[in-house]
Amino acid sequence: MSVALHGVVVRRRGKTILGPVDLDLGGDGLSIVLGPNGAGKTTLLKVLHGVARISAGEVVWSVPEEEARGAQAYVFQSPIMLRRSVRQNLAYPLELLGTDKAETAQRVADWAGRIGLSDALERPAPRLSGGERQKLALGRALIRAPRVLFLDEPCANLDGRSTREIEALLEIARAAGTRIVMTTHDLGQARRLASDVVFLHRGAVREQAAAETFFDGPQTAEARAFLKGDIVE
Amino acid sequence: MNEIWAGVVAAFGLIVSLDGDLVEITLRSLQVSLSALFIASALALPFGTWLAIRRFRFRRATIATLNALMGLPPVVVGLIVYLLLSRSGPFGVLGLLFTPTAMIIAQVIIITPLIASITHQAMRELWAEYHDLLISLNTTNRQRIATLLWDGRRTLLTAALAGFGRAIGEVGAIMIVGGNIDHATRVLTTAIALETGKGDFALALGLGFVLIALALLVNFAIHALSRTEREGRW
Repeated sequence: MSVALHGVVVRRRGKTILGPVDLDLGGDGLSIVLGPNGAGKTTLLKVLHGVARISAGEVVWSVPEEEARGAQAYVFQSPIMLRRSVRQNLAYPLELLGTDKAETAQRVADWAGRIGLSDALERPAPRLSGGERQKLALGRALIRAPRVLFLDEPCANLDGRSTREIEALLEIARAAGTRIVMTTHDLGQARRLASDVVFLHRGAVREQAAAETFFDGPQTAEARAFLKGDIVE
Repeated sequence: MNEIWAGVVAAFGLIVSLDGDLVEITLRSLQVSLSALFIASALALPFGTWLAIRRFRFRRATIATLNALMGLPPVVVGLIVYLLLSRSGPFGVLGLLFTPTAMIIAQVIIITPLIASITHQAMRELWAEYHDLLISLNTTNRQRIATLLWDGRRTLLTAALAGFGRAIGEVGAIMIVGGNIDHATRVLTTAIALETGKGDFALALGLGFVLIALALLVNFAIHALSRTEREGRW
């Protein structure tokens, strides 16, 4: 399931936040969206996910729109916890689809194990720690077995261990064929995970390349400066 | 001062001996106000939530109207319901005037805007929190409303309690449409007004204590049922 953006522009209050963007994301791999703050990374992800209003252009999925929307999941930068138990949070996306109870219970148990929260199923989700919440949000996103997964800074404010656990979950999902598109500020994480990179600057795609190509020899001055650790504005 | 004291003593006597009139009036009061609360909640909770999640052209005007209707004077509601239900009114054929049903109708009109308005305010906050997730999960409007109602049930209880408080203590509207008829439409508040007028302070005070006790009891009961003040619950 691949997606293409044609001349997409997002304007808010007269200011252009993103675009014009032409972008082709193939059917597999893990794309990392890089760029300084305000480059439009989150907006790009939301446009792809279909939850941001676009001012011009179009987003074209390789499958019909309805099917495309149903096959995606999104993990927000600050995870949104339903005011319910961990179990009910995990079950929620399946309940929306009307999945039968036995199957829901089985998949919830399965995913609780994978995200290491089997012992916390009855705890209220808003009381989990930051790392646990992010893992729960990831589990809740993956429980529908989406074909495309968007993540917005999934490891922001997390310590090394939580980051490693989340990266491991992402690697498994990717191996199972889930297309992943994520933003990050952590260049080390980008190098560890990326199969290809999209570099955004001031709302425009400045570079799109395979990971090795990008990290070994960035084409634009901004990307070179960004990778070197300079402050790019 | 003596008179008041004598009234208090007599009032306790009535309550302890479960005076027939007192019990009957109390039960009718509960029947009318709880029915009104039930109907008003069924209307106002989904409507208030719907208002919180939908953007439409006259949304702000609707909310402003709703807030204004919270202060609807009960006597005016009583008058309008009276006119609608009286023999010559459009619903006169139903013969509802001076029945408990008419009182329920009037109270529903009084408390629905109140419950809807409190619901809307509470749900607006919850919706701001859930918005991105529920949009992302491709939920239908119905699913969104159901999710918000369920996860916001704590605050909704407060809305319902406010509605009940207004209904059980209300006298203007039910006096007009009910008529305060003995053994038919007499409730706590109308009875208190009548007994005070007659100078029978014992019964009036007794009814007053029951009214206050009822309000407290219902609050405690609902809090206990929903475990609202317990840690780690919603």
